[in-house]
Amino acid sequence: MSSRKMILDAVSRNQPSAASLPEVPAFDRDLPPPWQQFQERLAGMGGKFARPVPDGNFDALVRELHPDANIICSATPEVTGNRDLSDVREPKDLDDVDVGVVRAAFGIAETGSVYLSEMEFGVNALGFLSQHLVVLLDPTDVVGNLHHAYRRREFADAAYAVLMTGPSATADIEGVLIHGAQGVRSLTVVEAPRPSV
Amino acid sequence: MKRIDHAEASSFFIAEKENEAFHDKRLWDLRQKRDHQRDDVPEWNELRELASAIKEHTLSHLSDYLEQFEDNAKKNGAHVHWALDAEEHNRIVHEILADHGVNTLVKSKSMLTEECELRPYLARRGIDVIETDLGERIQQLDDEPPSHIVVPAVHKLRGNVADVFARTLGSDPDNDDPHYLSEQARVTTRPYFLAAEAGMTGGNFAVAETGAVVVCTNEGNADLSATVPPLQLASVGIEKIIPRTEHLAVFVRMLSRSAVGSPITQYTSHYRKPKDGGELHIVLVDNGRSERLGMEDFWTSLKCIRCGACMNTCPVYRRSGGLSYGGVYSGPIGIILNPTYDLRKYSNLPFASTLNGSCTNVCPVKINIHEQIYQWRRILSEHNQLPFVKKAAMKVTGKVLADPKAYRRTIAATDVAMEHLPRFLLYTRFNAWGKQREVPVTPDQTFHAWYLKNRGTS
Repeated sequence: MSSRKMILDAVSRNQPSAASLPEVPAFDRDLPPPWQQFQERLAGMGGKFARPVPDGNFDALVRELHPDANIICSATPEVTGNRDLSDVREPKDLDDVDVGVVRAAFGIAETGSVYLSEMEFGVNALGFLSQHLVVLLDPTDVVGNLHHAYRRREFADAAYAVLMTGPSATADIEGVLIHGAQGVRSLTVVEAPRPSV
Repeated sequence: MKRIDHAEASSFFIAEKENEAFHDKRLWDLRQKRDHQRDDVPEWNELRELASAIKEHTLSHLSDYLEQFEDNAKKNGAHVHWALDAEEHNRIVHEILADHGVNTLVKSKSMLTEECELRPYLARRGIDVIETDLGERIQQLDDEPPSHIVVPAVHKLRGNVADVFARTLGSDPDNDDPHYLSEQARVTTRPYFLAAEAGMTGGNFAVAETGAVVVCTNEGNADLSATVPPLQLASVGIEKIIPRTEHLAVFVRMLSRSAVGSPITQYTSHYRKPKDGGELHIVLVDNGRSERLGMEDFWTSLKCIRCGACMNTCPVYRRSGGLSYGGVYSGPIGIILNPTYDLRKYSNLPFASTLNGSCTNVCPVKINIHEQIYQWRRILSEHNQLPFVKKAAMKVTGKVLADPKAYRRTIAATDVAMEHLPRFLLYTRFNAWGKQREVPVTPDQTFHAWYLKNRGTS
């Protein structure tokens, strides 16, 4: 008998009597204004926030945020950068990227998270091998809480999806909080309404 | 298998006074941060009820949900494997790696792979396994198992880490700044992410509806392991299944809040399909879980989402350190999980508890942990697995407690004895309780005597 069958048989034999599945409410009465809460929670998780640029020059903004950066790789058309994602043959080609730039599909006010998937990244490793990440986000794309987030279509469609909340972090040595564990050292969310179509 | 002596093992940790004091403080701090987050979520107790009910529903329909998960994962292009036990899990993983000519595997923290002892298995077969979580990496380099399921090296101080890194990574032995040490881990691990032919994660949740494996981490190491090498593996215990994506909200809202007191982990990652030109292998592991599902008193322990809140709040765990439990899982959750693997080996663990119930109170999925600990004591007693001294003492105690008159005589005599007995009689080697404690001052009068005097007849 296959292990699969043995496991499924043992589970069927042993599982307790049927318990019903509860409905999960959205818990969305009296939620605070989402855009303001998003910024607060993002800061609480170690993320930075940048105001919109009046002239729409996001390339200049990224330069201003990271003046020492040599290689900027953007997965969103608002920023050109100097590394073309379409030249990337393997994810590890992105090892030398100083700043990755991407537009989030949506944000979550409750946690200060942004949703990113292969649709936004192009190459998923851009979000992790880069030293720093700049994320464009339209304030109208922010949902109130995780219940609203997990009811969105994106999770059913994406091959890979991540709720990213601030930069990579560790407190494994004496509880001292350090940003830039293995992933990005900083994450900056830029207020950036989607270009009108 | 040799019986784990928790009290003796903890004495080594207690001897490290600074480590013990810091450990106690650090974990209590995590508990307080958790309380702060709980207070921030008005529906906290409703979420706990929901989480418990969703898990109980899923576990009571587990075979259907497992098949649904497999079906959807296969539709997504993932390979699904089934492992009856640790040995089969390791064999499957090794076969996949060998088929792809993998020499180096980068992996994120997974208690399941610890449970299966995957790392030594692969090392014996010539595959270099690199733990990429900082705490787990420290423990790997020091050749120690993790002492906590969320913060694996919490029993170490910065000086201990500086020693380990100096010895194994060649860092400056005199620099114990956590920022410096963490950076050392970053720069020495990065080449492995680039060179590894395969990356591996565990799984916090597996969604039946979509076939997705969900991993919650803070360091970015799980996503580097999963997104950089072409071959991706995820080992998942069969109890990690949940029915639908919307249910993730309930668990994700509580997991990191309960674990370390942050509203969410920095990364909540959902792996559904292999990357272009790559492969995704998901190994579903039983290893005793289907059997536990049939244990009337203990099956609800399968609801556990491995947040570690029960460990952080436990006074025994905080003062004895995780390694003293001698198993993969430590603290209150370890006390109730480990005996299902080996009753004799872990027969001492259910006594490493005050039964204060704090573990049950903080559990986000409402496992009645302290009641299960008590239940294990009963089973051990029925299986004649009580240590001799405890057994002899219990026999006398049982007789005394069964007879009110004898009880009152004993209490009165004990009070007199406590005042007058020399220390060497109270603190004998048969009284493990007296090893780290002083006897409290007893009141002049028993409650019974007070009641007779103040409230009349008995």
